[in-house]
Amino acid sequence: MTVTKGSTDVEKTELVTLTIDDIEVSVPKGTLVIRAAERVGIAIPRFCDHPLLAPVGACRQCLVEVAMPDRDGNLKTMMGPPGRVKPQASCTLVASDGMVVRTQVSSPVADKAQQGQMEFLLINHPLDCPMCDKGGECPLQNQAMTNGRGESRYTETKRTYPKPINISAQVLLDRERCILCARCTRFADQIAGDPFIELVERGALQQVGIYEREPFESYFAGNTIQICPVGALTSASYRFRSRPFDLVSAPSVAEHDACGAAIRVDHRRGQVMRRLSGNDPEVNEEWITDKDRFAFGYAVQQDRLTHPQVRDEETGDLRVASWPEALMVAARGLQRASADGGVGVLTGGRLTVEDAYAYSKFARIVLGTNDVDFRARPHTAEEEQFLASSVAGTALGVTYADLERPSAVLLVAFEPEDEAGNVFLRLRKASRERTRVYSVAPFTSRGLHKMAGTLLRAAPGEEVAVVETLADDGDLALDAGGVILVGERAATTPGLLAAVAAVAATTGARLAWVPRRAGDRGALEAGCLPTLLPGGRPVAEAAARVDIGAVWGRTVPAHPGRDAAAIVAAAAAGELGGLLVAGVDPVDLPDPAAARLALDTAGFVVSLELRASEVTERADVVLPVAAPVEKAGSFVSWEGRLRPFEKVMRDSHALPDLRVLAGIADEAGVDLGFRTTEQARAELAEIGRWDGERVEVPRVPSGDAGRGARAPQGEGLETESASRERDHGSLRGSQARTSVQVEARKLAPQPAGELRLATWKQMIGDGRMLDGDVYLRATGRPPVVLLSSGTLAGLGIAAGSIVTLHGPSGSTTLPVAVADLPDGVVWTPTTSETAGWVRSSAGPVVRLEIPEGAGA
Amino acid sequence: MVDALTPVLSAHWDSDRPWTLESYEATGGYSALTTAFALSQDDVISMVKDSGLRGRGGAGFPTGMKWGFIPQGPEKDGTVKPHYLVVNADESEPGTCKDIPLMMATPHTLVEGVILTCYAIRANHAFIYVRGEVLQVVRRLQRAVQEAYLAGHLGTDIHGSGFDLDVTVHAGAGAYICGEETALLDSLEGRRGQPRLRPPFPAVAGLYAAPTVINNVESIASVPCIVRNGADWFASMGTEKSKGMTLYSLSGHVARPGQLEAPLGITLRQLLDLAGGVREGHQLKFWTPGGSSTPILTDEHLDVPLDYEGVGAAGSMLGTKALQIFDDTTCVVRAVLRWTEFYKHESCGKCTPCREGTWWLVQTLSRLEQGRGEESDLEALLDQCDNILGRSFCALADGAVSPITSSIQYFRQEYVDHLENGGCPFDPARSTLFAPAEALA
Amino acid sequence: MTVSTGPTDEAGPLDATTVAELRQIIARYPQSRSALIPMLHLLQSVEGRVTARGIEMCADLLGISAAEVSGVATFYTMYKRRPVGTYHVGVCTNTLCAVMGGDAIFERLKDHLDVGNDETTPDDGGGASITLEHVECNAACDYAPVVMVNWEFMDNQTPESATRLVDDLRQGKEVRSTRGPRICTWREAERVLAGFPDDRADDGPAAGPASLLGLRIAREQGWSAPPTEHAGGTQNPKEGS
Ligand SMILES: Cc1cc2nc3c(=O)[nH]c(=O)nc-3n(C[C@H](O)[C@H](O)[C@H](O)COP(=O)(O)O)c2cc1C
Ligand code: SF4
Ligand code: FES
Repeated sequence: MTVTKGSTDVEKTELVTLTIDDIEVSVPKGTLVIRAAERVGIAIPRFCDHPLLAPVGACRQCLVEVAMPDRDGNLKTMMGPPGRVKPQASCTLVASDGMVVRTQVSSPVADKAQQGQMEFLLINHPLDCPMCDKGGECPLQNQAMTNGRGESRYTETKRTYPKPINISAQVLLDRERCILCARCTRFADQIAGDPFIELVERGALQQVGIYEREPFESYFAGNTIQICPVGALTSASYRFRSRPFDLVSAPSVAEHDACGAAIRVDHRRGQVMRRLSGNDPEVNEEWITDKDRFAFGYAVQQDRLTHPQVRDEETGDLRVASWPEALMVAARGLQRASADGGVGVLTGGRLTVEDAYAYSKFARIVLGTNDVDFRARPHTAEEEQFLASSVAGTALGVTYADLERPSAVLLVAFEPEDEAGNVFLRLRKASRERTRVYSVAPFTSRGLHKMAGTLLRAAPGEEVAVVETLADDGDLALDAGGVILVGERAATTPGLLAAVAAVAATTGARLAWVPRRAGDRGALEAGCLPTLLPGGRPVAEAAARVDIGAVWGRTVPAHPGRDAAAIVAAAAAGELGGLLVAGVDPVDLPDPAAARLALDTAGFVVSLELRASEVTERADVVLPVAAPVEKAGSFVSWEGRLRPFEKVMRDSHALPDLRVLAGIADEAGVDLGFRTTEQARAELAEIGRWDGERVEVPRVPSGDAGRGARAPQGEGLETESASRERDHGSLRGSQARTSVQVEARKLAPQPAGELRLATWKQMIGDGRMLDGDVYLRATGRPPVVLLSSGTLAGLGIAAGSIVTLHGPSGSTTLPVAVADLPDGVVWTPTTSETAGWVRSSAGPVVRLEIPEGAGA
Repeated sequence: MVDALTPVLSAHWDSDRPWTLESYEATGGYSALTTAFALSQDDVISMVKDSGLRGRGGAGFPTGMKWGFIPQGPEKDGTVKPHYLVVNADESEPGTCKDIPLMMATPHTLVEGVILTCYAIRANHAFIYVRGEVLQVVRRLQRAVQEAYLAGHLGTDIHGSGFDLDVTVHAGAGAYICGEETALLDSLEGRRGQPRLRPPFPAVAGLYAAPTVINNVESIASVPCIVRNGADWFASMGTEKSKGMTLYSLSGHVARPGQLEAPLGITLRQLLDLAGGVREGHQLKFWTPGGSSTPILTDEHLDVPLDYEGVGAAGSMLGTKALQIFDDTTCVVRAVLRWTEFYKHESCGKCTPCREGTWWLVQTLSRLEQGRGEESDLEALLDQCDNILGRSFCALADGAVSPITSSIQYFRQEYVDHLENGGCPFDPARSTLFAPAEALA
Repeated sequence: MTVSTGPTDEAGPLDATTVAELRQIIARYPQSRSALIPMLHLLQSVEGRVTARGIEMCADLLGISAAEVSGVATFYTMYKRRPVGTYHVGVCTNTLCAVMGGDAIFERLKDHLDVGNDETTPDDGGGASITLEHVECNAACDYAPVVMVNWEFMDNQTPESATRLVDDLRQGKEVRSTRGPRICTWREAERVLAGFPDDRADDGPAAGPASLLGLRIAREQGWSAPPTEHAGGTQNPKEGS
């Protein structure tokens, strides 16, 4: 085991002992009185206090009477102005030894002080609780009931504002309900790093506001609605839709990324009304992304599949079928296809680990193949080897807690703010303390800027060279106290995962792989790879096959399988007899056109899907499956943490994939061994992790011609200009530390007008999981084409011009913005238009066209 | 026996162009630098401690002791943070008008004090945060600093001492709260001027989270004479616990308003005598000892020694020694309402009792002033004050309730008269400076 | 911040000199954000108020959000959202000045100029417009009632003197501060507050009569601070008598 610096120094927690309402309590030094009181079950009313925000002491609701021992040990009540007890704000007061605290429970002074503040808060608060979204779950309402005075003595006119105002497309603000606790503005500033809401004006006119031309477009904005202690912040999609007491709440886990965020789903009469963040200190604390919060309409769109369908042999059209018929047709067809060249299984990244396990097992024991791959995205054999050697079956690795304290964090091919929101929030938290963040990326993204991170600039294809220099980069100081987070996009650059693994090995830094989708890590654990069986067992290892075979009671095929690209290619070439496709969209696959051809060509296609798609259009059997809220299951977070959840919609009859697969297996005369999620989970647990020999870590091919060559002078190092231009990626100017020049492989220059493409998906893009959530989608960052100022000048166009990018397949037309990219590189987000361009190569070459008249 | 008036800070205000370096140096200005540079930094701090100088910004905190809180040497983590001096020249407390004339007439006194203080606390950058609404004062400060640089009193290696100092004159933009020292720091950092949580105290984490001393203009301007003439000299003026001379500002219904520099402990009766008494034909009705935030006093308190202890014992505070004199033509309810409107306008908005409380107080007081309501409203008003006093985040709100509670204490009947009269029984014209003679009679 | 779009809201960028001067302000401070308050003063001197492009420029130069800038711009009373006239006339109506006549002066000026609080007289072509505002205590209580013109003292005013004052300003007559120089325009004043001096420091007196009250009495009475041990103790004002 490697001993790491950050995590092993056991801090002795020093305790202090105080009494609160005559109850003695010992708490760690540094604990605030308000939290010490919580420990003994005393709830001091509060509004501005929030455990995850820096104390501010603004609302004055939490006043308590405090006495402290003086030098001679005599208790002295805190006084002032002269002769008066001065109650203290318990949310800002640190507990100390011998302190005697009296709350509203035992101090008339504290009680009166609290009632006084409550009265002040209410004088200008509208009495619209019956029509307020927060009514029934409102801290102000609740505390006014318990701690307030019955009658208002205020008879004058209340302060009013025209209401409500949109502070973003998704979030509305009722200023007259606001009690100015500044939780939202502090969240935006301290946690999200998006200070687009601020307190404006002064005194009694103080209010939360935005700058009109810069709305509160933050990926995390929804959290402010949740932490608002009154109904001042509401969501456009939920406003007036429901009352808290009509809702049924159930805990769950978010399905939009690999973060495993705990959420709470509130539903009514079979409909999800809203989603909130759960409170899981080890994972997402109390924060979720706006996608996790607001994107749930996708499951109830018009195109939701409700009945099994089979393709009518005569008409060639899909027709509704009964479950028994559909399962039978599917089983027959798959068996036939299996015999006729085999069936490839594409499972995608959205499955629960139990469902993924069902596919993994189904492929092996029903279809007799290892042709199974979850990677609905560009992938390589190198990646497979990396996953097998370093990720699959490694249990809990680097955790969120581990991200809070490392000396340095290196990001490679990973943009946390877009690709794993909760990872971003943890890293930002760490960066506000002592952790320094470095990113091997083409430009300083807004996320990197917010982490005060350092860009290790790399054009697509140069990443390997950049990473290789890091092992002995003194500035970066990557050592056993550091962490490397590598994203799934690393697979698109040959040699990058190998280089990352090598740097981790030499420096001792801990390494974690962060995929984008919620089901990716689980699918890996379940063995949805051609070379891996459940628990990280290599197919190539006889012992591993025997292991699994013993549990399954079947022989496991030894023949190594095809990966997703090979499955598609084989199907397109007519080599495969059929395809079994879980929620995968052709546009997700490395080559959408090839994927469509494969679906068309394959003799028999079975699709298990939520909603009609390009796959269902081409399928022979379509089997509707349950959405996450309609089933139990588990995701595995990027950390390797199992995140189980129960069925939220208890009345739903939708079937999870595993149940459908068990049905097909039955029809095929094979017992899949489980029919419920619990059974599948138990079986997977029984299998456990592989403890045998692991696959070797991929190696960087030696003698790489380009290695060590220096990047052209001046490229990569930008300090002044980057911060002066209003670049798209960063928040106005740049506080990010100066980028560091690294040795980079020199790439062959592109002919004029041709640029190397760097791309990733933005959190709020045009994916189908956002369908139906119009307000959320409106808060997304509009797609742009980013270029360096040098490239821009060379092209003779100005920022804001509209250009067309021609990719290997298709084109996209977007406005241009400036970023600190290397010259000759273009970045644009991956959208459904550009998804197909990203191949497993060092950044495809795209051609930029300037429409007539756009030039400067 | 020390004389009744002891002009030191104001001693040269009537010289020819006293704001110039030339004039200041001609009266011995900047000579204290030589004295100080010959001493160790800690000796300068001791000297100021020994002098008994207490902060002139209102609270009267011992200045030398404040300087002594600045941590010396490297931080726990080995880093050495810069130290800063911030001069509080925001003078905005109603009634207070001493720092402004000082900076207008002899800004170099302040600059010299800044240099001495920075030397003592080992700061190499000082900021003079001056309220923005005094243009000519800003000009004179800018000029004085510029002259001091040119003369080598500022900059690097000042007079060969090896001591470096930069001074930046920073004009505010209109906010009373920025006189509160932590709000001032936020403002100086380019933020909304809202007070900061303490701890950490500015001495530990002030400007840019570095150790910072914040002192009032008069406090800092008092340092050169202490260094020049010695701690004992300074301590020979004043009373036992309130040492030295200070500027008293007399304003309002007094025959000759103005600045009177006297040892701490002089009484209002003495000062009024010197200033020709209350406006002719009128009686003293009420007065503030140190700005509107200090509870008002009446003619009962004419002989209270105007030092920290004396005024405190009389139930008020010495504050900024802004003696605002109101005679019998003044309606106390009107005066109090106007002050309350000021606090409402200037409340920073951060904390509930101040933001909402002052809003409510204004409404209640307006009603009372217009003679609407009942006597029981006075109880409600006092209860509002009780829920504000000592409950707010900073002392602004404490100041806001001072005029109300003290005026009800001394002039309850006048509030009742408003109610009984159905409005204000006073003629505002009679209290003006330009009141016609017949109105005064 | 709600920014009304007015004639000064030109779409184009700020002129290069202004941007260069904004950068100069930033350079005065150990941390850039400290420059914000003087930067807004400078922008007011150029644009006549706080404008949208001014806010955005500050945000750009300081690397903070425009919301943060507007939070600051709306906190301080000296920053104006509507265009300010050639002269800003502030009548102190805090208690002492109000009682001493400030209220009467303010009423008279409102009437005379036919504007409300924080309103500007129309520029009738003749040149100077006036923005009238009642202001809080301006640290000149011993000169009550006080009127401030572009933040210069006009001491001991009466309704009549104040009316004359604004008429003179409007007619372009030379007006001198009672304790300061000839009155410049509001924009010129804002430039000084931004830290770009205009060389008028030497104009005007050192002190008005009220400031000298104690000193005069002391001289008359022969009073002074105690003598010092140092020979020629220059702080001893007795020499003057
Ligand atoms: C609301 C409020 C306003 C204040 N205004 C001023 C001021 O204008 N000038 C000043 O020197 N101190 C002012 N103070 C006091 C300062 O907070 C601080 O105590 C003082 O500047 C310290 O300097 P000193 O120790 O030299 O007095 C104010 C305090 C409060 C609470
Ligand atoms: S008392 Fe509260 S609202 Fe008032 S100025 Fe202080 S912090 Fe701001
Ligand atoms: S909860 Fe303590 S002041 Fe707001």
